[in-house]
Amino acid sequence: SASYDLSASTFSPDGRVFQVEYAMKAVENSSTAIAIRCKDGVVFGVEKLVLSKLYEQGSNKRIFNIDRHVGMAVAGLLADARSLSEVAREEASSFRSNYGHDIPLKHLSDRVAMYVHAYTLYSAVRPFGCSFILGSYDKDDGPQLYMVDPSGISHVSTHTHARTHMKEMTCREIVKEVAKIIYIVHDEVKDKAFELELSWVGEVTNGRHELVPKDVREEAEKYAKVNTHTHTHTHTHKHKQLTSDSSFETRQHYCFLNLNVFMYFCFFLLGHIRWGNV
Amino acid sequence: MEKRCTDSQVKGVSTGTTILAATFDGGVVIGSDSRASIGGEYVSSKTINKVIQVHDRIFSCMAGSLADAQAVTKAAKFHLSFHSVQMETPPLVIAAASVLKELCYKNKDELQAGFITAGWDRKKGPQVYVVSLGGMLISQPVTIGGSGSTYIYGYVDAKYKPNMSKEECLQFATNALALAMGRDNVSGGVAHLVVVTETGVEHVVVPGDKLPKFHNE
Repeated sequence: SASYDLSASTFSPDGRVFQVEYAMKAVENSSTAIAIRCKDGVVFGVEKLVLSKLYEQGSNKRIFNIDRHVGMAVAGLLADARSLSEVAREEASSFRSNYGHDIPLKHLSDRVAMYVHAYTLYSAVRPFGCSFILGSYDKDDGPQLYMVDPSGISHVSTHTHARTHMKEMTCREIVKEVAKIIYIVHDEVKDKAFELELSWVGEVTNGRHELVPKDVREEAEKYAKVNTHTHTHTHTHKHKQLTSDSSFETRQHYCFLNLNVFMYFCFFLLGHIRWGNV
Repeated sequence: MEKRCTDSQVKGVSTGTTILAATFDGGVVIGSDSRASIGGEYVSSKTINKVIQVHDRIFSCMAGSLADAQAVTKAAKFHLSFHSVQMETPPLVIAAASVLKELCYKNKDELQAGFITAGWDRKKGPQVYVVSLGGMLISQPVTIGGSGSTYIYGYVDAKYKPNMSKEECLQFATNALALAMGRDNVSGGVAHLVVVTETGVEHVVVPGDKLPKFHNE
């Protein structure tokens, strides 16, 4: 990668954009976030590493609320993820203002994916160093799960290869499984303290995305701790990326904003060069 | 420049109109008269269509200034068609009504148009929404609008029942239009009726002389 990795607007001779791949590394090196779609909802869990004893419990949340019915769990650079959560919120809000109803999850995922993709096209900006999972529950369309990665692809979670027993479980049962998985993947040696962030959206919450209540969370953590100890540690779970119960069907989404965003950036840069503090 | 004129001061073609929409068990009936007048003195068209199809199962009736209503409906129709292609699913009736509402509310100083939007979608079934002049949006099971509607409030209140059959509802709508057209001088012509259900759309046109007659006619 002699000099093909200096900007996102450069291809390498074998057709790769290295900056985007490096952005995905930021996700791989982050701690785990997981979401499972079950019979009547979606449960999110994040292994939130606590970097300092001075932080208050519950600070630096990695699960966000996008509108009332959508939850977003992130992995990678938290600052990038925060700004994307604002983008997602504005998309959901303007959809509701224009069309009078909740934004469908697929549309929201496509719109945010398009935005992320736009930042992989120009040398003036860097790609977002985070992936995130979006989940929601609707009584007509059921539970849905989408994931967006730094390249701007929106992956949908399908049932085709789902492990049948998880597909049939309810949110209350899955919460315990999510907690167990987080405890299993947490590497006691490498990273010391962590907080388990759990949230859900489903029939149990009437379609609203909420943090799991304290009593349910404590029960799940207790179950997780018991089961982690009995679980054999030959479990080579190197997959620190986002995982979900079902397999993904990848669809590439292309950005309509290309020309507009490009022109906007030209004016932005020209304006700054002429009048700003460059 | 504020232009808060009453109906009779609006220049150009405006409706005197009677429009209505009512839900029944499994669908909606939308109806209107077909008269367009200029200043309430001269009938400029006897057969204008005030019920516009904005999507496969969603219709909108126009009231107020016809020019404004037509312009808004055209814009909304385009917007909805683009929206439904993006969503890969037919739009919800509330989405159609919200698109009209945004246009009416954001441009309330320039426009004088109100709408009744009705249709069927797979989430909530048959629905009727009213977008009034200033851009208020509400949902009702039955609603009437236009200058001719003042003469049939009593009839509608007395005769409308929720969950009627299609035939009962069609008869109710025809009667209501006939009564309004009989008393309002700026409503008349033929009665346009559209029945929207999950399976399809049916147009019924009742010419003036075939409208139901009531005593004293």
